[in-house]
Amino acid sequence: MSTPTIGVLALQGDVREHLVALAAADALARPVRRPEELAEVDALVMPGGESTTISKLAVLFGLMEPLRERVAAGMPVYGTCAGMIMLADKILDGRDDQETVGGIDMTVRRNAFGRQNESFETAIPFAGLAGDPVTGVFIRAPWVEAVGAGVEVLAEVPAADGPDARIVAVRQGNLLATSFHPELTGDHRVHEYFVRMVEAAAR
Amino acid sequence: MSTTPTSAEQPQVGTARVKRGMAEQLKGGVIMDVVNAEQAKIAEDAGAVAVMALERVPADIRKDGGVARMSDPNMIEEIIGAVSIPVMAKSRIGHFVEAQVLQSLGVDYIDESEVLTPADEVNHSDKWAFTTPFVCGATNLGEALRRIAEGAAMIRSKGEAGTGNVVEAVRHLRQIKNEIAKLRGFDNNELYAAAKELRAPYELVREVAELGKLPVVLFSAGGVATPADAALMRQLGAEGVFVGSGIFKSGDPAKRAAAIVKATTFYDDPKIIADASRNLGEAMVGINCDTLPETERYANRGW
Repeated sequence: MSTPTIGVLALQGDVREHLVALAAADALARPVRRPEELAEVDALVMPGGESTTISKLAVLFGLMEPLRERVAAGMPVYGTCAGMIMLADKILDGRDDQETVGGIDMTVRRNAFGRQNESFETAIPFAGLAGDPVTGVFIRAPWVEAVGAGVEVLAEVPAADGPDARIVAVRQGNLLATSFHPELTGDHRVHEYFVRMVEAAAR
Repeated sequence: MSTTPTSAEQPQVGTARVKRGMAEQLKGGVIMDVVNAEQAKIAEDAGAVAVMALERVPADIRKDGGVARMSDPNMIEEIIGAVSIPVMAKSRIGHFVEAQVLQSLGVDYIDESEVLTPADEVNHSDKWAFTTPFVCGATNLGEALRRIAEGAAMIRSKGEAGTGNVVEAVRHLRQIKNEIAKLRGFDNNELYAAAKELRAPYELVREVAELGKLPVVLFSAGGVATPADAALMRQLGAEGVFVGSGIFKSGDPAKRAAAIVKATTFYDDPKIIADASRNLGEAMVGINCDTLPETERYANRGW
């Protein structure tokens, strides 16, 4: 197929870094703030940012329903951090009125890894990516607390306080989500993985 | 069963990437000054990306006079408990013990701020020594780069806090952007002299010349009072805005706060800014900066 056009939801957050990473992964990247802009893209990235702000603006400016419709129709979406929260069917520790787009059968706990002083980076093996582990940059990051049967777990980190591992990357169909921010590292392999998902979905 | 950890590297906190990356997540957003839990909730409801917890907004600091210090830890903790968005708080310039206290309280960002009375008229705090990231004010590129050299992970143009007058915010942001643009045009031979002129480390000067931007996020502060003010700062190149007295010194804070959030996201769409500007009630009265004596200009604080 021709080069896919991938939007980055540009209501708030680290939009620029995603545009750069997508361009490096050979996609045409453009910001999306309006329903008519959403209609013109093949796929979407929902960036990191403040999920309560992004959710509120998406409702106010009439994007929430179109986003749900596109996701239901199979549009590939990749969400990082706040974007992961937006893709969750269920969230914990959100605001009472906080809406999500949903689409991935998972429960995500907001700010689960703690406040900024607990924010961290670490190397994580990522299923389906060749080569070195990716550098996971976790910023007031969420984790996935539970997943449904159709959700593939792509990466985990060891829990700080016990033997369990925390799920930090998942995929369900055309939807991909990570707790961490590959867009801050200069390593574009996760974005390339997503671009391949987009190309496969178009076939 | 293997008990080998999945990675040989231990997780690292407080790295430059984690500190600067936090500011990247705030981009396109509005950070609002709040003095209690109730205001913090109004800010969060309105869509603020973070709140700045302080005892008095700058307009009141101006009015009351006296020494302005770090806020009461109880008040900061109440605000941390009241909202789920990031909470920032201010230390005095060079008062690294206030900064240590703020870090121990778990604030998400420390603003080493000229709005408080400076504790040291020569030195700023060594910000590399902290896990908590710092934001600092700057009136020009050299000042911004000196703060980054000291470890600041985010810069805000200073403006003139507590005036409700955007003129100084515009001046400082334009100054920083113009100096960056000038560096872009320099060849390598000229960058050494530029570093000397700017009184900033050569490595940072070269980095700015290559990137065409600061190596950290740049917000605007000090005088934003209306949705159009916020959009103006965004169009001039600020990646987000701090609003201090402008919200809670106005007639209808909840409405004004939500309006400034909308205008910050759609900063290049005059129709949306117009809609956001309707029926907001009274703006803060404001002060004409040209009648403000030099000694009362907070932007002059910091070195």
